[in-house]
Amino acid sequence: MSALPTIKDEEWRYADFDVVGQFAPETIDNWQEIAVPAGETMRECMVIDGSDPFMRRIRISVGAGGRAELFAVNACADYARLEVQVTLAEGAHFEFGGVTIGGGDAVREFVTRTCHGAPDATSNQVVRAVHWGQATGNFLGRIDVGRDGQRTDAAQDFKGLLLEKGASANAKPELEIYADDVKCAHGAAIGQMDEMARFYMASRGLAPDVARRLLIRAFIADAFAALEDEGEAERMFAAALDVLEDAER
Amino acid sequence: MLKIENLHAEVTSDSGAKKILKGLTLEVGAGEVHAIMGPNGAGKSTLAYVLGGRPGYEVTEGSVTFMGEDLLAMDPHERAASGMFLGFQYPVEIPGVSNVQFLREALNSQRRTRGEEPLSGGEFLKLAKEKAGLLKLDMEMLKRFVNVGFSGGEKKRAEMVHMGILDPKLAVLDETDSGLDIDALKIVGQGINTIMRSPDKGVLLITHYQRLLDYVKPDHVHVLADGRIVKSGGPELALQLENEGYEAVAA
Repeated sequence: MSALPTIKDEEWRYADFDVVGQFAPETIDNWQEIAVPAGETMRECMVIDGSDPFMRRIRISVGAGGRAELFAVNACADYARLEVQVTLAEGAHFEFGGVTIGGGDAVREFVTRTCHGAPDATSNQVVRAVHWGQATGNFLGRIDVGRDGQRTDAAQDFKGLLLEKGASANAKPELEIYADDVKCAHGAAIGQMDEMARFYMASRGLAPDVARRLLIRAFIADAFAALEDEGEAERMFAAALDVLEDAER
Repeated sequence: MLKIENLHAEVTSDSGAKKILKGLTLEVGAGEVHAIMGPNGAGKSTLAYVLGGRPGYEVTEGSVTFMGEDLLAMDPHERAASGMFLGFQYPVEIPGVSNVQFLREALNSQRRTRGEEPLSGGEFLKLAKEKAGLLKLDMEMLKRFVNVGFSGGEKKRAEMVHMGILDPKLAVLDETDSGLDIDALKIVGQGINTIMRSPDKGVLLITHYQRLLDYVKPDHVHVLADGRIVKSGGPELALQLENEGYEAVAA
């Protein structure tokens, strides 16, 4: 068993250790291993919407020319962490779309580590965080480009929307690059609701809850833009937006 | 239909509250078009926002009744559902929300508030096509995000398409003519006439210039200065203002 995490570990720095301390060591050490064979595509859409603390750790190894797609809504009522480590073979792709959404005082987080150790692999990660109350949304995305990771194209995009004072969002991109022909893009922005847009919508007769749902749907849409299965995309939108009903106007 | 009495309002911003409207009285009857003209800073846009219920625009004195109801007691979306339309000087861009989706939700939200059945997707598209055609706005524009990437003229034409679809009883149009070229001005003017010229509808046109009034002939013209109506008259007042300027006429 590896050493238990502490708040001094970079990938745990925004975690809720009051809760992490209660996890059994074997829960923390439980990594699920997934191998995507060369040339194949794996897709998983997950909704985390329970009321108990949640942690899932996945290691994905994507074979040459393969593709791993992971989409997640993290709307857990308590601390919830989805941690993904991806190793990409030559020409492989990793797609991640995540939404953390919710109020209360819970910490909801996505932690990814993407290893571009082989040439021509690509990755694209889009995370949106929508929070109110005292809640926190985190995205920690580490990208390692090894010496052989030439022509890597890796992108990370994070946006946070805070509906109330007291809520927070943390974004921590981390890049380590040892190859010289590499594209790594990352962007992060945090803001609040556009009040003028809300008034404009109200002036056309949209009830405040309908207007807010439309605006937040538009805000999180980028996270599921790469999800081609429309039925699954709608399921993800519904899971994220239904949580809004708990939020104050 | 709209009765504004002794309206006082202030605008709250980070730098504190500022009194803008200082005892404004005005009545718009059914079948009438009223134009409000006035210099910069007179309170024209504030009047529009107060009528629309924009947060931060606070009424400190006076009353506004609309169709016999206390307008100021209603939330902004309830004012819309009761038949008031506010046309924006600067229509707001909403990335990620298409015009079609926005307008259908708006119309159905209004219908629900009034206890009416929502329109189906097909019924709505038919209505949207008809109104877009009236304003010569390409239906493709309505599939795009609300006002995103629209030129100034396209935004104003889209505002009029919104008005056509929502079919209000009273339109308060805040400088709908600004940013329009000559052809667009004509189209928008004709749009206002087609949609709002009716014995049971009213229009409050807020404008700097006389030129829109060539197309939308007002029944009454008012001069707003320093938060009050200082002069009222017929269409000839607009021409006099254009020739002599606000200072000479309002003094």
